[in-house]
Amino acid sequence: MKTLYLVIALAPLVASVVVGLYGPRLGRRASHWLCILGVAVSMAASIVVWRDVQAGNVFNGDVYTWLASGDLRFAIGFLIDPLTATMMVVVTFVSLMVHVYTIGYMAEDPGYTRFFSYISLFTFSMLMLVMSNNFVQLFFGWEAVGLVSYLLIGFWYERPTAIYANLKAFLANRVGDFGFVLGIGLVLAYFGSLDYATVFGKAPELATTTVSIWGDQAWSLMTVTCICLFVGAMGKSAQVPLHVWLPDSMEGPTPISALIHAATMVTAGIFMVARMSPLFELSETALSVVTVIGATTALFMAFLGIVQNDIKRVVAYSTLSQLGYMTVALGVSAYSAAIFHLMTHAFFKALLFLGAGSVIIAMHHEQDLRRMGGLRKFMPITWATAVVGSLALAGIPPFAGFFSKDAIIEAVHLSKIPGHGYAYFAVMAGVFITAFYSFRMLFLAFHGKPRWAEPPDHADESEHGHDASHDAGHEPDAHHGVDADHPPKESPWVVTVPLVLLAIPSVYTGWTYIEPMLFGGYFGNAIVVRPEHAVLWELKNEWHGVAAFVQHGVLSLPFWLAIAGIVAAWYCYLVNPALPERLKRLAGPVYTLLDNKYYFDRFNDWFFAGGSRKVGGMLSEVGDRGVIDGFFVNGTARVVGLAAALMRHIQSGYVYHYAFTMIVGVFALLTWWVGR
Amino acid sequence: MIPYLSLSIWVPILAGLAVLVLHRDTDAPRARWVALAGALAGFLVTLPLFTHFDTTTSALQFVERGEWIPRFDVWYSLGVDGISVLFVILNSFMTLLVVWAGWEVIQSRVAQYMAAFLIMSGLINGAFAAMDGVLFYVFFEAMLIPMYLIIGIWGGPRRVYAALKFFLYTLLGSLLMLVALVYLYNVTESFALQDWYRVPLSLPVQIALFAAFFLAFSVKVPMWPVHTWLPDAHVEAPTGGSVILAAITLKIGAYGFVRFILPILPDASRYLSGFVIVLSLVAVIYIGFVALVQSDMKKLIAYSSISHMGFVTLGFFLFSPLGVEGALAQMISHGFVSAAMFLCVGVLYDRMHSRQIADYGGVVNTMPKFAAFMVFFAMANAGLPATSGFVGEFLVILAAVKANPWLGFAAALTLILGAAYTLWMVKRVVFGAVANPHVAALTDVSRREFWLLALVAVAVLAMGIWPKPFVDVMHVSVTDLLAHVAKSKL
Repeated sequence: MKTLYLVIALAPLVASVVVGLYGPRLGRRASHWLCILGVAVSMAASIVVWRDVQAGNVFNGDVYTWLASGDLRFAIGFLIDPLTATMMVVVTFVSLMVHVYTIGYMAEDPGYTRFFSYISLFTFSMLMLVMSNNFVQLFFGWEAVGLVSYLLIGFWYERPTAIYANLKAFLANRVGDFGFVLGIGLVLAYFGSLDYATVFGKAPELATTTVSIWGDQAWSLMTVTCICLFVGAMGKSAQVPLHVWLPDSMEGPTPISALIHAATMVTAGIFMVARMSPLFELSETALSVVTVIGATTALFMAFLGIVQNDIKRVVAYSTLSQLGYMTVALGVSAYSAAIFHLMTHAFFKALLFLGAGSVIIAMHHEQDLRRMGGLRKFMPITWATAVVGSLALAGIPPFAGFFSKDAIIEAVHLSKIPGHGYAYFAVMAGVFITAFYSFRMLFLAFHGKPRWAEPPDHADESEHGHDASHDAGHEPDAHHGVDADHPPKESPWVVTVPLVLLAIPSVYTGWTYIEPMLFGGYFGNAIVVRPEHAVLWELKNEWHGVAAFVQHGVLSLPFWLAIAGIVAAWYCYLVNPALPERLKRLAGPVYTLLDNKYYFDRFNDWFFAGGSRKVGGMLSEVGDRGVIDGFFVNGTARVVGLAAALMRHIQSGYVYHYAFTMIVGVFALLTWWVGR
Repeated sequence: MIPYLSLSIWVPILAGLAVLVLHRDTDAPRARWVALAGALAGFLVTLPLFTHFDTTTSALQFVERGEWIPRFDVWYSLGVDGISVLFVILNSFMTLLVVWAGWEVIQSRVAQYMAAFLIMSGLINGAFAAMDGVLFYVFFEAMLIPMYLIIGIWGGPRRVYAALKFFLYTLLGSLLMLVALVYLYNVTESFALQDWYRVPLSLPVQIALFAAFFLAFSVKVPMWPVHTWLPDAHVEAPTGGSVILAAITLKIGAYGFVRFILPILPDASRYLSGFVIVLSLVAVIYIGFVALVQSDMKKLIAYSSISHMGFVTLGFFLFSPLGVEGALAQMISHGFVSAAMFLCVGVLYDRMHSRQIADYGGVVNTMPKFAAFMVFFAMANAGLPATSGFVGEFLVILAAVKANPWLGFAAALTLILGAAYTLWMVKRVVFGAVANPHVAALTDVSRREFWLLALVAVAVLAMGIWPKPFVDVMHVSVTDLLAHVAKSKL
């Protein structure tokens, strides 16, 4: 099996390297087929491994020793258990869909082969991340996916917004990594190893260990370590306040928004915390922090989804909010519910993103929802799949999102972790908002009047110029919009087939997997939950099969909140389209706050970016040039110069001057000697 | 037995002298080939040092001993252990690169240019291999001369100021070291380093000697606040000079810490470790901020070098295998990465004759291959895993967290700062739309430049993916070193 694991990881890497180096020479067809082949092999093998794992075969072994220092040994190795196998299947499946989709989406792009090389490299990195059996390799994958994300957000490197966004994304992630590395350092310092098995095995005995971080205050080691690790997750999974990079990452081409910034990479933080459940379980405080941060992200990022006009940004804020849901689930120890939602979300969110991309192609790279409308007739497949995705996102039974989201809400309800009350409110309110913004998007894009047929009349469009990429003018056809004579066309099969293939799991994975994943010991020993946190066990007592769950769901509040959200969206955007404008004016300051995304970006630009430039400038000017060079270095030179100028007078060269000085000296010495 | 160490010192020096014979302008093509042959021979003779190296012992290997000045018991005594052997090889490798890098770029006084690098290469190998105090001092000071000439002759407009600053700074720093060497001779009646490792010294004496050695080596590293010569020297030096300066000569300062200060003065080292650690962290953070605001690419990379070298001194004074091995790994990696960064700037400078970030923008449009290299090395500079830049930083941060979480906290700030200053520069230079007609007229890397950068890229990648062979070489010697540090000499 070990060979198979290697094949899974390396097949996309090989494709990526070959296409990266020789892509232009191989041509487009050979390049994309090679990359698709690599990922397809990976996916097929992942499914084989997944079935094997379900048969109870867990693998934990090293491939090679990366480095040995003292008595420490850092290895590259694989841990293949149900958690990993699930991630592998999700990652390779979505990746394969995105690979195929890219053929259509990027067809006219000059960077075609480069793009394929990057997404295959991403697949490799993500697989290394999830398959790791130790913290070093985890960090490898962690940073490598960050690198590919950086390269892909800045894929259209001529756009100023794109290269601003990719730098921002990398740095925000580095802030997270900063905490992550400290967490890894603490693990090494106290557990003496970075191997998962060793660390998790030792965790219980260190549960009561304390460290003095500040003065004499004793902090629980687990709390400090887990919070540090969670800071890493906050960066990668875009939790408040490190979420700022994700909306901007929409500057990248849409396929990667689906693959990296919705389905897989951003869920790495969720995966990591679930993987670390043996540690997080030992710190109530850390779990509480996770809950509160997740709840805040889930609710407050959902609000922002309402006011966005860029179709991709609506989906991006929705992703932020859904990541918040997963994080809340982690916080209340419902790790399997988090992974379950991660999986369903990967399918329906990738679907929504690719659907948005399909619309964007049809609209000739127009991303503004206000210029769309009525696309249903022209793009039936895209519409149908988008409906599936939206229903799944809103949490309507029997779609997949209903099951995973309801499980999270129920788990929060049962939790006793500090902060659970706030979290329960947040995830509840979030349901209404989620349904509202997802159907707002659906209605604005696919229903109502075809606004693209009218001449553009939006005066306020320029203020949102940075939101939409149509002004960047990279695509040759960027300004050739659609009009009444040139209606939008349905996308080619390479685009619609992935949509359909993603719609299928968005429907059925909910009812199929809820029982085994949440209540059936699907994850085996991969996820550890302490009895006092075992909300899912309590939930299991109320479990009477899928039908009963749906029935219960339909009779409870979240379902009706979702319905209310959909109805509200329907009323606001189809029945009475003037209402939103009026509400906007009515809400005044609140709208301004939302429109400015709570001023996070403004603050970061001013405080962190501006502040560090100021500090740097000051240290450079005052410290280096003023004090060190100006005072000490050149000062020393001046002192030497002055001293030399003085000495020059003494060193006159006249013998009688020297003789005279000598005589004075002799007299002075004699006087001192006689008189002492 | 073949005297590999002597060969690694004298082959390049003799080759350098041979090149000097071809000093006429018409001989320039021949001078290049002779220099390349000399550099290649110099590199090849160091390879057995790696292949024949016994990683199971901390004893000196490839030892050579000959009488030099019997009256003062000065010996021509050479030897390497796991700490120094890699630097001899690295230095010879870099010399090869530098000779190749200057191939078409240097058009005036080709022979002298090549000779200066070859001779310096031999002298640097001498400093790494010397096991006698006087011999070390001679090599240590002698290598200032070729570098002084390289900056002063082939440098930029302010080359004379920079060369003088470089020379005086380092010379003044090392004068007190001579006093310390003489003092140690008076105590032990020997200049052999091995004897000095054994001699007991009182704490005040150790502290005084520490101050003398520290001044010499900290200027060379350079540590904050005696670092201001480096940005000036780099800015004015030709590309090759910057490469050797960053990749090798800085390492001699750091090497001095592990060869002299730690084993000879263990008590003072432990006593003053807090002081050195604080200076190192100041270098990491303060210099990180300073690098952020530089408008000159070479200055930015120079500051980034200082910041990275802060990790080296930090790692040494944590006194743990992880810290010291991390620091040594960081030294090797920094050799590759900083060299590559300076080569990249050199490629741009050769075309545009500007080092100002503001003069560039959108280089990727006209130089896609170059851009790929530049982004790759920038990532290595920012310490991305799977590049060599990650290894040392990661190990030192781990060791620092273990020593005290707050040390780790301060050190790990480099994750953010390093990425910020490196990638911000990349954003402004490489990415974006074509900024001006000069950038539009750029041509991508030549075949020579391509292979030059590819060679370093392979090294950076190899060390990032599998650093074990590098660290295994050091292992026993580091253990031995730490045993010396732990044993009091009072």
